[in-house]
Amino acid sequence: MVTIHIDGLPYEVEEGQNLLQACLSRGLNLPYFCWHPALGSVGACRQCAVKRFKSEKDERGEIIMACMTPAEAGVRISIDDPEVAAFRKSVIEWLMLNHPHDCPVCDEGGECHLQDMTVMTGHAYRENRFKKRTYPNQYLGAFLNHEMNRCIQCYRCVRYYHDYAGAGDLNVFASRDHVYFGRGRAGRLESGFSGNLVEICPTGVFTDKTLGRHYTRKWDLQTAPSVCVHCALGCNTIPGSRYGELRRVRNRYNHEVNGYFLCDRGRYGYEFVNCDRRIRAPLVRTSRGVEQVLVSTEDALKSAAAMLSERRKVIGIGSPRASLESNFALLRLVGPKNFHAGISDKELEVLNLIRDVLCLGAARTPTLSETAEAGAVFVLGEDVSNSAPLLALNLRQLPRRKAEIAMAKVKIPPWNDAPIQRIAEFEKGSLYIASPCATGLDEVASKSFHGDISELARLGFAVASVLDPANAPGVEGLTEKEKIRAGEIASALGGAARPLIVSGAGCASLALIEAAANICTALGKIGGQPQIFFALPEANSLGLALLGAAGGLETACSALRSGRADTVVVIENDLFRRCAEEKAIALFDSAKYLVAIDHLINPTTSKADLVLPAAAFAEASGTLVNNEGRAQRFYRVLVPEFEVKESWRWIRDIMRFLGRSEAEKWHRLDDLSVAMAALNPLFAGLVSVAPDADFRLAGGKIPRQAPRYSGRTAMRAHIDVFEQPPPDDPDTPLTFSMEGDPRQPPPSLIPRYWAPGWNSVQALNKFQQEIGGPLRGKDPGVRLIEPIPQARTEYFRDVPASAPKAEGEMSLIPLHHIFGSEELSALSPGVAELCPQPYVALNPEDASFLGLFEGALAKVGVEGLTCCLSVRIVPSLPRAVAGLPVGLRGAPVFELPASGTVVREATDE
Amino acid sequence: MLSILRTLWGVFLHMFRSRETIQYPEQNILDPPRFRGRIILSLDPDGQERCVACYLCSAACPVDCIALQAAQDVNGRRYPEFFRINFSRCILCGFCEEACPTYAIQLTNDFEFSEYDRNNMVYEKEDLLISGPGKHPDYNFFRVAGVAVGVKGKGESENELPPVDVRSLLP
Ligand code: SF4
Ligand code: SF4
Ligand code: SF4
Ligand code: SF4
Ligand code: FES
Repeated sequence: MVTIHIDGLPYEVEEGQNLLQACLSRGLNLPYFCWHPALGSVGACRQCAVKRFKSEKDERGEIIMACMTPAEAGVRISIDDPEVAAFRKSVIEWLMLNHPHDCPVCDEGGECHLQDMTVMTGHAYRENRFKKRTYPNQYLGAFLNHEMNRCIQCYRCVRYYHDYAGAGDLNVFASRDHVYFGRGRAGRLESGFSGNLVEICPTGVFTDKTLGRHYTRKWDLQTAPSVCVHCALGCNTIPGSRYGELRRVRNRYNHEVNGYFLCDRGRYGYEFVNCDRRIRAPLVRTSRGVEQVLVSTEDALKSAAAMLSERRKVIGIGSPRASLESNFALLRLVGPKNFHAGISDKELEVLNLIRDVLCLGAARTPTLSETAEAGAVFVLGEDVSNSAPLLALNLRQLPRRKAEIAMAKVKIPPWNDAPIQRIAEFEKGSLYIASPCATGLDEVASKSFHGDISELARLGFAVASVLDPANAPGVEGLTEKEKIRAGEIASALGGAARPLIVSGAGCASLALIEAAANICTALGKIGGQPQIFFALPEANSLGLALLGAAGGLETACSALRSGRADTVVVIENDLFRRCAEEKAIALFDSAKYLVAIDHLINPTTSKADLVLPAAAFAEASGTLVNNEGRAQRFYRVLVPEFEVKESWRWIRDIMRFLGRSEAEKWHRLDDLSVAMAALNPLFAGLVSVAPDADFRLAGGKIPRQAPRYSGRTAMRAHIDVFEQPPPDDPDTPLTFSMEGDPRQPPPSLIPRYWAPGWNSVQALNKFQQEIGGPLRGKDPGVRLIEPIPQARTEYFRDVPASAPKAEGEMSLIPLHHIFGSEELSALSPGVAELCPQPYVALNPEDASFLGLFEGALAKVGVEGLTCCLSVRIVPSLPRAVAGLPVGLRGAPVFELPASGTVVREATDE
Repeated sequence: MLSILRTLWGVFLHMFRSRETIQYPEQNILDPPRFRGRIILSLDPDGQERCVACYLCSAACPVDCIALQAAQDVNGRRYPEFFRINFSRCILCGFCEEACPTYAIQLTNDFEFSEYDRNNMVYEKEDLLISGPGKHPDYNFFRVAGVAVGVKGKGESENELPPVDVRSLLP
């Protein structure tokens, strides 16, 4: 901390920041455009001018750019000096010369940084008599709208999209006052992180197209803190609703998790909540083979009680996409021995192994934001660009971190973007990738290597044995090349501070996870500080594993078939996505009754004898456990119509109907947290995940609506002119109203970023301790898993052998897609547009050997199941390995990895 | 004493003054031009709906009695999908008219719209739209704003240059 003087007053600021950051951190208002905490400063917009004085006696001073000047001890500056204030006002005036005068139809309006800064500087009238420059716009795909006339040439978009997200298809064109920000030619933005442009661009050039289709201003959105449900990273989000519909998702800053960014799956996947496949009322089927009919809640509960009565042997099938509370309620309904995970036995085994490695492993799992700080990274068998997008975005910053360290030696601060970026552009990160085929990160990796899963695992084991040759199990039969590769990776990891091993459940391989754990154990033994990070498939995968299930789907199936059970309750899970169709059908046929609680019509709910409408994430509150073991609370942003309620509430009501005393105590969400914490020491932290429902700010609940929320007395007036009181929300300290204390709530309850004079997302500055640092208070979420001191020191010893394949045998491996592999986001129209059609990926040589080519039909066979898929040639795939995409609509469900056959489909010609 | 007499005299003289009281409803009210009565939505000079569904009127409304939803036509032109004013709440303050950037929403001289049933005081867009530009015959928002939206091409608004050639590097 150093002391600087701003307008004659001393302020303690963090050394090494720039003056703009320092001023904002101390709560002062200083306008800016081109600087962004995640992108650094370039001094392009000239908006952050302040006056610097040489000494106390200096009265003249000089105008400098705050964002380009380090905050050093004793600096004296003035923000309010009339000369510099006039300077800033005229800078805005220049920026606004060509402004198109279209705020009323601009989707940025009301949360526009340009509007805020214009008001802040006091510029009001355009006095220029000359004509305005105009630009053509481009079509940029389903996610973003482009309106170039609004641009103020701050360069943030290119610096984010090109430099930070590493995508090449958006750039700056032309020269002088004609510079143009767009694509070489119109077309969809290819990066999976394009949606962040909406928040990065300080004007309305890039706006959210999906919001535009049901446009609502920021002040009219009912918002609450939430958590992304589209992968296991658990990025924090702020969904917004209006008129009972979900309208958009925005980033919610969590310094330890997602920081400033979201991926497009998380930002644009929300529309499934509004889709026409939602279930809104209970449905009952009186006997198999007849149609389901609508029934009242009362009747539905009666049928449920009949189906689940004492005489029945009930098992439960939980879900990795349902909240912890819902899964727990189901576990209590059916009993721990009858609670099944809702994923295949194999996947559960993988998940359980990951859980055990995290709980007892040799390494701590870093937070998502810490992954960007690792000294060296080894990605083992996971395509993180597709299975954990934001992790990929973080790992992409490794070259930049390297450049920052190099430049620190010549005293260039890390926020000085231009020189650091010039170096980072040509750097590779200390990143090693071993994956089945090319991943989006290969281009920034020092080395990448592609092989069959068992080869990757062997490489992992080999790295561990190089690091700790005395104890770690050796790998037999490595080629020279593989030995060199393992040696190189081992020396990079061994020599780095805080090396990070990334693996995951993407390949569903136990050996890969064991290899990753072994590397950490070995690194720990040689005195390093290893970290391990697992990418997991779904929002609550780890929560489900921590809860503990008796088995997966196959176990459930055999329980039914053997008569140990006759009734199934499935929550928020489509079993037809989890196992082959035959298996799912067999499961239904052997069950006397099937009760499904879900929010979507899908093959499972269509087959159920009783369907209860569950609330989707935006309509419910609950807790999810992300892949680092961080429990995070999400809050409802809208009140569902009709009979829709949280799965745990349905289960509770059924239990009460059945006279189970336990459920009598479950009045609100917090009661389940307490119950979970009492039953399972792993969940002890749950009670402090967020303030409980009794929390009050200055005696009131925290409003989900902004003070300017409009239409309160008119939106329902066409139904009934008399206004209703706001709906009750017993589960949370938030209210569906605009009344409440305007002060900042604790971080886990922040419903929106807004501060006087700061209507845009940049208001976030007012919520952070230091700009770019943790939120005031503590970043939301509680880590349930912290490394145990007497960590695991044993090695896993099952090194897979390199088995030669039989003639014609192929190893079939799962491939993940950022758009398409996740069930819920794929139902949103924008995302659906980007989902690939089912295919089988082949190496070009294998393909030509089989007489196949791109687009040809191939017959894929695994364990008696066959299906026809069109061929996609993927040069980076190893020989005798075929890739099958996971989770795509219309694709058959195979249990992967497996060995199988791919042959040419005989066609008639 | 004197002051009482003077007052009586003053009152007596009033008998010969012309009357202020208007015999409403027999007699019509001549109301001032800036009177704030029943609210309407106007059309722009091209005859298209003027409201661009910007939500500024609803935000300005102190009793929150305006609710609307923006929609977009095929050209991207914004218009209100529905536009509702609950006149049983409206205090006729005119803030909406002041907030409106397009002169779409205007207060008129009409105040004769009482109802026995409050539900009948809820006006939808069809009830609010009139067939002309109202008090502002000339203003056409989309002729001034830079968006194209099918009304004109890029660079064809008032005071605009033709779109730049982004492939040109000439100084
Ligand atoms: S970018 Fe901002 S200032 Fe420009 S039209 Fe949009 S809202 Fe208005
Ligand atoms: S498009 Fe937006 S981010 Fe890019 S230069 Fe223009 S104003 Fe800045
Ligand atoms: S990375 Fe995962 S959690 Fe984060 S926004 Fe994307 S899908 Fe959601
Ligand atoms: S302020 Fe005017 S343009 Fe905007 S929504 Fe209201 S009536 Fe329409
Ligand atoms: S923010 Fe400092 S010059 Fe742009």
